[in-house]
Amino acid sequence: MDKKGNPDFFKNIFYPTLGYQISYFCINYNTPVNTNLKEQELIKGLALNEKGAIETIYKDNFTVIQHLIINNNGSEDDAKDIFQEALIVLYEKAKSGVFELNCQIKTYLYSVSKRLWLKRLQKNNRFELLANGVEETVHVEEDVSLHEKRDDEFGMMEHAMMNIGEPCKSLLEAYYIYKQNMQEISEAFGYTNADNAKNQKYKCLMRLKKLFFAQYKNGNKNG
Amino acid sequence: MDDIRLLEMIERYLQGEMTEEEKILFKELRRTNPEVDQKVVEQHFFINQMERFNEDKKFRASLNEVHEQLTGEGNIKPYSGKSKVIQLWNRSKRTIAVAASIAGITALVISAVVSSLAPKTDKAQIENLGRKIDILEKNQNHTRRELSDVKNKIEIPGEPAKFGGTGFLIDTRGYLVTNAHVINKAERVSVQSQSGVELSARKVFSDDSLDIAILKIDDNLFKPLSALPYAITKNISGDLAEPIFTLGYPKDEIVYGEGYLSAKTGYKGDSLTCQISVSANPGNSGGPVINKNGEVIGILSTRQTTAEGVVFAIKAKNIFKALDDLKKDSNNLHIKLPATSSVKNIDRPQQVKKIQDCVFMVKGY
Repeated sequence: MDKKGNPDFFKNIFYPTLGYQISYFCINYNTPVNTNLKEQELIKGLALNEKGAIETIYKDNFTVIQHLIINNNGSEDDAKDIFQEALIVLYEKAKSGVFELNCQIKTYLYSVSKRLWLKRLQKNNRFELLANGVEETVHVEEDVSLHEKRDDEFGMMEHAMMNIGEPCKSLLEAYYIYKQNMQEISEAFGYTNADNAKNQKYKCLMRLKKLFFAQYKNGNKNG
Repeated sequence: MDDIRLLEMIERYLQGEMTEEEKILFKELRRTNPEVDQKVVEQHFFINQMERFNEDKKFRASLNEVHEQLTGEGNIKPYSGKSKVIQLWNRSKRTIAVAASIAGITALVISAVVSSLAPKTDKAQIENLGRKIDILEKNQNHTRRELSDVKNKIEIPGEPAKFGGTGFLIDTRGYLVTNAHVINKAERVSVQSQSGVELSARKVFSDDSLDIAILKIDDNLFKPLSALPYAITKNISGDLAEPIFTLGYPKDEIVYGEGYLSAKTGYKGDSLTCQISVSANPGNSGGPVINKNGEVIGILSTRQTTAEGVVFAIKAKNIFKALDDLKKDSNNLHIKLPATSSVKNIDRPQQVKKIQDCVFMVKGY
């Protein structure tokens, strides 16, 4: 058989790349209804911190963001950081329940990542223009600044938690996070009675609040 | 009511654990007591913060887990397409490898063929050749040395100088100042004392804009002087109509000239120079212009061709400027200008007798 005349011969060679590109553009520009429904499910799963949903979103979107960051002077670690932060923004939005899927998850994550990366570059005094990709973007400025505020608060709580020390940290987590009652807690932590545990919990909470609000008020004053 | 019990109440209220009766009472308390109300709001906010912190922390942990897992499964991998060049390389790696090995093999084959076909060279011959080259080189060196000896000998007597002027010592060790235009076209300079002894010298500094050059006498025949008779100081500018005299070499012999300071500026108001009235001829350039106290007020440099007796001298302070520049170029060089005149209050022939030994003819070849 004459190989040159056989179109399958070329197809076999070029199919993998071409195929990838076609499917890639399809997701971006055509939004079939079933894809939309699938994405809605993913968003719900993300809000509930479901592993499966996170995995799917991660797998489908990481590479695009990785390209974006690395092609714009970022490292492998930057790519991971920015992508995960974008996922947190999506997670926050999903949890708030106001996320209407007026755009693709991919578009949303790309827009947020781009915004976050630009901000980080500016913060490091590297005013570089991001190379324009083929990706379309949506307006995410409000989401990103809301996220920044929440990220700051996360940092303040993390700092406060780290500094109250044990047994306060575990005690407060047991009560407020794992919702154990005071009886269970006094047994687990070896207090002679629930009242003692209550006393201790109160002191710990006051300390945590003090640490948290010290930063919170400072942060708001500065901000 | 103590704080612990109040907190407990607030928490029970927020968690919806109160009975209807309790709730009504508590709401009443909140309404009437703004402090309690404030505490409820604060507690509500804080509990929300804590819960959110915890959820976010869990979510972040999940993200990292998923990242690790997907990396482990190979579903996500480090970005390989850092640049188009790398992509291109990856795509054509095999082709390039094949091409490179073909090139390598060809090279090997060619070199093998060449070495097998090339005639064997005689070792003895090579050694001979080497020695010959050695001998040749020795001969060459010898010739070169002889040639340079001859050259040195030829140049000393006879050869007429292409340029001539005057220069005078500014440092007892043999530094002279002259005009840059006297020597700037010369390949080699020498100076000749008024007694007729020619000494070789070299240029150490030259500035065309100041028209000042500094030479150093590099000759064993030159004996450093103990002191210079005249003074060269910054603040001597001369007074109008002040009598001045000059020494120079318009001919092969030192010539004395006398005049006065006729203007404080030079040609067309040039402030670097001053105007003197003295008879001067080509060859006087670079000579000292000295006042009656034996202080150098300038370097005779040019004359106006359209007028009689209009001569210009570079003011003495420009020598300092030149020395500053020289110091920048070669930081080890310190030239000490004579600060005091030893020919003050003696009559002119005595002055000139002492000064003339410090004024040289400058010859450029």
